[in-house]
Parts: sequence; structure tokens; C-alpha cells
Amino acid sequence: MNDPQPAPSLYAAREPIFPRRVSGTFRNLKWIILAVTLGIYYLTPWIRWDRGPSLPDQAVLLDMANRRFYFFWIEIWPHEFYFVAGLLIMAGLGLFLFTSALGRVWCGYACPQTVWTDLFILVERWIEGDRNARLRLHRQKKMDLRKARLRLTKWVVWLLIGLATGGAWVFYFADAPTLARDLITGQAHPIAYTTMAILTATTFFFGGFAREQICIYACPWPRIQAAMMDEDTLVVGYRDWRGEPRGKGKRTADSELGDCIDCMACVNVCPVGIDIRDGQQMECITCALCIDACDDMMEKIGKPRGLIDYMALSDEANARAGKPPRNIWKHILRPRTIMYTSLWSLVGVGLLFALFIRSDIDLTVAPVRNPTFVTLSDGSIRNTYDVRLRNKHGDDRPFLVTVKGDPAMQVELEGVPEGSVTVPANTALLQRVYIVTPKDAAPSAQANTPVRIWVEDLTNGDRAHKDTTFNGRGN
Amino acid sequence: MTQPEDNKRAASHQPGDPNTTGHTWDGIEEFDNPMPRWWLWTFYATIIWGVIYTIAYPAWPLVSSATAGVLGWSTRGDVASEIVAAEEANAEINARLAAIKMEDIAEDADLRNYAVSSGAAVFRTWCAQCHGSGAAGAVGYPNLLDDAWLWGGDIENIHLTIAHGIRNEEDPDARYSEMPAFGRDEILTPEEIDQAVNYVMSLSGTPQDAAQVEAGSVVFADNCASCHTEDATGDPEQGAPNLADALWLYGGDYDTLTETVNNSRFGVMPSWSNRLTEAQIRAVATYVHQLGGGE
Repeated sequence: MNDPQPAPSLYAAREPIFPRRVSGTFRNLKWIILAVTLGIYYLTPWIRWDRGPSLPDQAVLLDMANRRFYFFWIEIWPHEFYFVAGLLIMAGLGLFLFTSALGRVWCGYACPQTVWTDLFILVERWIEGDRNARLRLHRQKKMDLRKARLRLTKWVVWLLIGLATGGAWVFYFADAPTLARDLITGQAHPIAYTTMAILTATTFFFGGFAREQICIYACPWPRIQAAMMDEDTLVVGYRDWRGEPRGKGKRTADSELGDCIDCMACVNVCPVGIDIRDGQQMECITCALCIDACDDMMEKIGKPRGLIDYMALSDEANARAGKPPRNIWKHILRPRTIMYTSLWSLVGVGLLFALFIRSDIDLTVAPVRNPTFVTLSDGSIRNTYDVRLRNKHGDDRPFLVTVKGDPAMQVELEGVPEGSVTVPANTALLQRVYIVTPKDAAPSAQANTPVRIWVEDLTNGDRAHKDTTFNGRGN
Repeated sequence: MTQPEDNKRAASHQPGDPNTTGHTWDGIEEFDNPMPRWWLWTFYATIIWGVIYTIAYPAWPLVSSATAGVLGWSTRGDVASEIVAAEEANAEINARLAAIKMEDIAEDADLRNYAVSSGAAVFRTWCAQCHGSGAAGAVGYPNLLDDAWLWGGDIENIHLTIAHGIRNEEDPDARYSEMPAFGRDEILTPEEIDQAVNYVMSLSGTPQDAAQVEAGSVVFADNCASCHTEDATGDPEQGAPNLADALWLYGGDYDTLTETVNNSRFGVMPSWSNRLTEAQIRAVATYVHQLGGGE
């Protein structure tokens, strides 16, 4: 047996990571995505959209109290929640598509954890300096005035960003200008303050301190997406056949050294603290900053770019043999991605279809089954239906209720002498509807008779209907 | 799972890498990486939290109960405070409901909606035992959905019936009437009762023997018409049911009607004015009135 070794520690402290500043194609792309996504997040609640006097004029609003979701010209009622479900399915399929084609592109560019961490590192760099300065500050054990000032400034700015993040979130659930005023004057609902406090704390902590720990230990998505990727997926990789053996020093004609000069630029810029030259790693979020760093260095030493690059693992054998890689579209367009795209489009077309055929008036019918019918004093049979009439317009509308079934059927509305009832703007009205048939009519004697309840919006003639059943004596 | 041998080690495994767990699948080894230390602290924090929680809240089971927790929290207490809060929130509208004229409730949409919803709750709590959860009644317990009312079906009469009840001994204002037990007390002979029952059955369209019906009409006019009126359509002032319609409280077949005339009926309803508040009584009256039969 081997010599007894000291048992390794079961737990390891986090190694702080100090990513160096980098510039290049992918860094610029990430700055643009950061600006656009944060811009959308912070500004959307402030967009106004006129819907008439009785409806909110906020373009995107989740009105929990009144159970409405407003999205520009679309208004979702609770019974139309399938739109939200459909959008979530599309988001899921979209994520599958992008992951199978481009790897962890969501993690590297668009995930809020990445975007906010990028922003926090930017702040850190402004206040404490670039990698080396931050490392020095970190290694300085003594908390002198300068270190305290820098740390405090950084934390205050982070907290302000966190506050703005939590603040923007609550604006999606209430009228933004009103809520902003209430928040400042201390009159907003405690839930608004609590939500803001929680999101401020999580933003501050996740973006400032937890960073890559969230991606490595907390997030389930890196585990799931391994199933989405295959050898044609584009990943960030290191061309070891070109770079190895790595080494510093001048390349002479008889030198055996590869293109990698072991400058550690790729490691120093990495936000998750790995060495991409070790191969594919679970921690890699494919942010592509190592590509920028390496390309920059290759340009300086006069070598072609792409020692670290987006590549498909299926090209590796070709590349080792010195053949050119296949066209990128041959990797991206493959049965798997085409299937994801088709499913995604199918759900999208279905949702669009549902969006266009849905009407501004609607009804649901719940037949009263307790009892199934009532015999009246003249022997006629009465059935009762709880009918929910929905008026999605911004003004009150008169709805006419009629039935189509047996000619003997008479409609009566509880509490409404005439056949039409006024449904207030943007509400669902519960109206009890009676259908009465005389003692000797066929529906009274039969066990059940199909019947269709129609409603008509008398202002513009829009109609909607639901099918139900009329219960008779059954003898 | 097999134990790895040195010559089968994956090529990627390099000196200085963390130990492996010894698990190998198809040449793939599992690193034995340490867990993050913050994870350990989080775990300790949950333990501390758990201890504090079991001290603060009801937790440890004892023989017949559980530790109460130093905060004194209980689900029962929550319900009680929620009931108090609901009563406080409804105090104003209940006062309005108790003060308004009964027939004006329908004019005030807010008040009517409140009365119907809260009346439905009162009905399910106090009335459904006899009248059924759907108010369809049962034999001897009137159906409240139809258009036949023993004591009148306008909102005032429904309110009066609920407030004081029918034929009970606890409330002097209860509605009261008593049908004679024509057979038991030997007011009518069995032949006369047979004739009267035949006559009553003919009123609602069942074909009967003409001679019996003829004789029964005389018996009816002499003995029954004073309450049930001459055309047998009943009198809500006395709680005398309409005998000429399609509805029967106890049943309209020959045997049941003979039993009714022989021994009479004495349906009782409790008085609710001493159990429910005026607002509750008005609410349930409004609810019953809008079930479909209200006059």
C-alpha cells in the first residue's frame, strides 16, 4: 500500500479572482449586450402606452391586484395564462437552440449573473484599478485609510447599483411614476420595500462577492446544458496542436516551441479563474474574453489570430491533420438545431394565431349542478348557469344573452328584466342565466339537450358562444 | 463501477490534480474536489436557524401536545386575528346593511354584491343543513329556488321568516298556523278524506274518478278552503300552500296526501334573530331572494 497521506481538506475557501481588463471583438460585443439588456431592464417600466381612461398607461405592467398583464397592445387575463406558458416554452426551446449551436452563449453574454458581475467588475476597476492594483490591495493585510476608502467607495457604488436593480424590478408591478414618488416619500407598500431590500442584497452579494460561485455551485443550467451540446457545438477552445509545446523565448528556425508564449493573458482575463489551455471545463461560461486576450497577444508577436478561438470539437482531427475547418454553417445547421428551430417556430406561430383569433368579448359557462334543474309551480323546468361575461374594452358594453337549442327555451337573466346586461369596462361580470322550458316541451322531458349560449356586444355586434347542456326530468 | 488501476488512469489526470473518488465509468474518473467553504458555513447557518426556529415556533412533539414556541404563534391564533380583521373591515358595510330599507338593497350595487356573497356564506353555515347547500330543499324542507313560497317570497317576507322562524316556541313573533289532523282527530271520515285527496290531486292535472272528485270538492269547500282558498291556490298569510300547482312539499301522490290530511304537518323553522346579527339576516335574505324564486 501507499504511504499514509494527510487527508485532504473537505472544504476549500474561494480563491478571489481579479480579471484583467481586455479589449477586442468579444469584449465590445459584451459591452453592447450589457448596455442593451440593462437599458431594457431599467427603462421598460417608464414607457407609456395609452389604453384609454380606465386602464393603466404603463406599456409593460404586471398588475397583480387586478390580475392583468399588460404588454404594449396586448392585455393578458388570468384565463389566458397559456400565452405566458407558451412564451416560457419558447424561451426554453430558444435556450436549447442557442446552446446546441453556440454552447454556453447564454451564460457568457446574456445571463443576468454575467451582466451584473461584468458591471460590478467594471466599477471595481474604476475605483481600485486593474488586476495588479487590485491584487496588491487584496494582499495588503493592513486596513489603512486608502484601502478603507477604496473598499467603502466600491461597496457604496455596488449597493447603489443593487438598489437601482431592486428598484427597477418593483416598477414592473405598479405604475412606475406613482410608485417612485411613494417610495421616496415613504408611502409605498411594505412589500415594495421588502422586495427592493432583498434584490438589493442579492445583487450586491451575487455580483460583488459570489460571482463565479453562483455559476459553478448554485446554477442548475450548466448541468442541464451538457445534454444540449455535442461535438458540432461551437465552444471556446485552445488549439494545442498549434500552441504546444508552449514556452517563453524567441522562436528560432530550429525551435520546437509552439505559438503559445505562456504569457498567461488568457488566464488573467478569465472571470471564472480557469486556464482554457487545460481543455473543456465545467466552469467555462464561454465569455470569449480569453480569445480577445490571446488574439491581442498574437497580433503583437506577429502570429495569426485564433490560437484560442470558437471551434467545434469535430474539427479537431482535421485541424491536427492540417486540413481547414469545415464551414461554420455546416456545424450550426444540423438536424438537432433545425428541430429546435422548428419546435420554437411552431409554438411561436401557435401563439401568434391564438393572439389574432382571440376576441375582445368572451364568456365562460358553469352550469349549476346543485340541483341540476328546478321544477317551477306551473311544471316548467328551469336550468341555471353561472355565466362569466368578459368585457376587455376600455368602456362599458351592453351584452345581449341568447340561446340556440330548442325553440321552447326561454332565457331570463337574474335581476335584469331586459335580455341585455351592461358589463363594466375591463371586467368579468358573473351573471346568473336561467333557461326555462314549459312542462310538456321536449327538453323538459329529455334527460339532457345540448344548448349554445350566445353573447353579443350590442355596440359593435361582436359575438361569442359556449356550448352546454340543458337537464330535463329524464322520463 | 470498477476500482481504477494505475495503467487505466485517464490521460488528463495529472500530478497535482485533486484526488479522484476511485469511481471510473468508461475510463472517466470522478474528481474528489473539496466543497466550497461558504457552502459549509451556509450549512451551519441552517442548523442554527433550525434551532432558533424550534425555540421560537411550535415544534417539538410532547405526549399530548407540542412545545408552544416562545413567540406564542399558532394557526388558530392566526385565524382568530384574521376573523377579527375581517369583521372590522366589514363593520361599516354591515352597519349600512342593517340600517337600509330592505327593498333598497337591490338599488345599491355594492351593498347588494356584499349581501349576496356574505349571505351565501351564512346560508352554507346555518341553512344548508335543512335546505341543502344548493337551496334545493328536501321532502318537508322547502326548495328556495322555485317560485312557490309558503309564507311569501318578497324580500320583506323572506326576512321576516328568517328572523323569527316558523312554528317554533322560542320566538313569540314566529310565523304560526296549524292544519287540523282531519283523520286523527276524527273531523272527517276516511271516505271524506279519500274524496278530498282525489279532488286535490285532480287540481294539478292528474286524472281521477269524476264522482270522487265531485264529492271531494264539497268536502274541500267546507273544510279546506278557509285556509287554502276556494280555488286551492293557498294563502301565504297563513302559510297555507298552493295545492293547484306542480310542487309538493311532502309529496303529491295519493298515500302521502292521505297521510298529510289524516295527521297534518307541522314543519318548524328556528328563529334566527337571536343567533345571527341583523346584517347577517338581511344578507341571507338577499341571497335567498336572488336564487331564482324571489318575488
